[in-house]
Amino acid sequence: MNFWKKREGEAAGRRLEANTGVGESGDLELEQALENFRMSVHAWSDTAYSRPRTVARVVRHPSWRLAAGWALGCALAVGSVTGALHERNRRQETARIAAARVAEQQRLVREKQGLLREEQARAEEEDLLAKVDSDVSREVPSAMEPLARLMAEDERQ
Amino acid sequence: MAAGTAMEPMIRGTAKENAARELELAAEEFSQVVERHRPQIFRFLLASTRDIDLAETLTQECFLKAHRNWASFRGESSAMTWLMRIAINLQKDHWRNRRMQFWRQTQTNSVDMDEAGEWLASGESSVEKQLLAREQVGHVWAAVKGLSERQRTVFLLRYVEEQELSEIARATGLNEGTVKAHLSRAVGKVRAELGGMR
Repeated sequence: MNFWKKREGEAAGRRLEANTGVGESGDLELEQALENFRMSVHAWSDTAYSRPRTVARVVRHPSWRLAAGWALGCALAVGSVTGALHERNRRQETARIAAARVAEQQRLVREKQGLLREEQARAEEEDLLAKVDSDVSREVPSAMEPLARLMAEDERQ
Repeated sequence: MAAGTAMEPMIRGTAKENAARELELAAEEFSQVVERHRPQIFRFLLASTRDIDLAETLTQECFLKAHRNWASFRGESSAMTWLMRIAINLQKDHWRNRRMQFWRQTQTNSVDMDEAGEWLASGESSVEKQLLAREQVGHVWAAVKGLSERQRTVFLLRYVEEQELSEIARATGLNEGTVKAHLSRAVGKVRAELGGMR
């Protein structure tokens, strides 16, 4: 690699003088360092620029595949959401029917219990009336017979 | 009237041909610009990033952008200045988009400063001179590392690309006074760094 060129001195001087105070101060070391830096960057760049490049093959999927992928994805997403909604509705309906059935059964049980209670009450009432009748229709005891007669006479007089 | 109607397809055909020819010329002109300026743009981006792959990518982007806007290039500045302006903006955008600090983050992919300084070979100089040159280059890289983004850009354009102050001002969008100030500060830092060598 041949990167050193003989024009070092004058070229560096020309560049550095431009209002940066480099030339004016006569700082030869700085001039030399900047020139070396410039040549170093040029050398590096030249080598990097001309190096063999390896190009990685980029696999590009055709756009229709991308579109199909998106469509499929959307369909799946819509399907899942719809399925979930349908399932939720079905469960709600089932729960509603079960609740109605239970309520109906409870209502029937209550009705039956009410009828039983009514019958029982009626039977009790009938028993009581029969007892009262039997009590009222019983004959006056014989020990009370004279008193009963007196009462009857008083009524006649 | 009839003659005019008959001429119309011919005129239209010629206009189409002219447009095609113009396009062809523009493409040819652009490919010449690419061939002429590509190494320089790459070099500037390489020095700015110290990352060969990144410099190549940004160079590609620079010419892609230039190609898209080639029609709007009115030649007010030279093509090189125009391209350099695109390259500077691309480099700025790159770091801004990645929300990275300019130099620190390049260290992940960029070559080491010592390695960058290795690029100094000579068949003519003595071993001592080469060693001294290598050391100097290493110190300049170290100083460049400490520069702000603007100072670095201005410094590289001046001392690597050897551009005039007016050209740098046009490429960076700064005025010449600001360019001078940045350059002066950058050189001051390089001088201080070299002072530490002694």
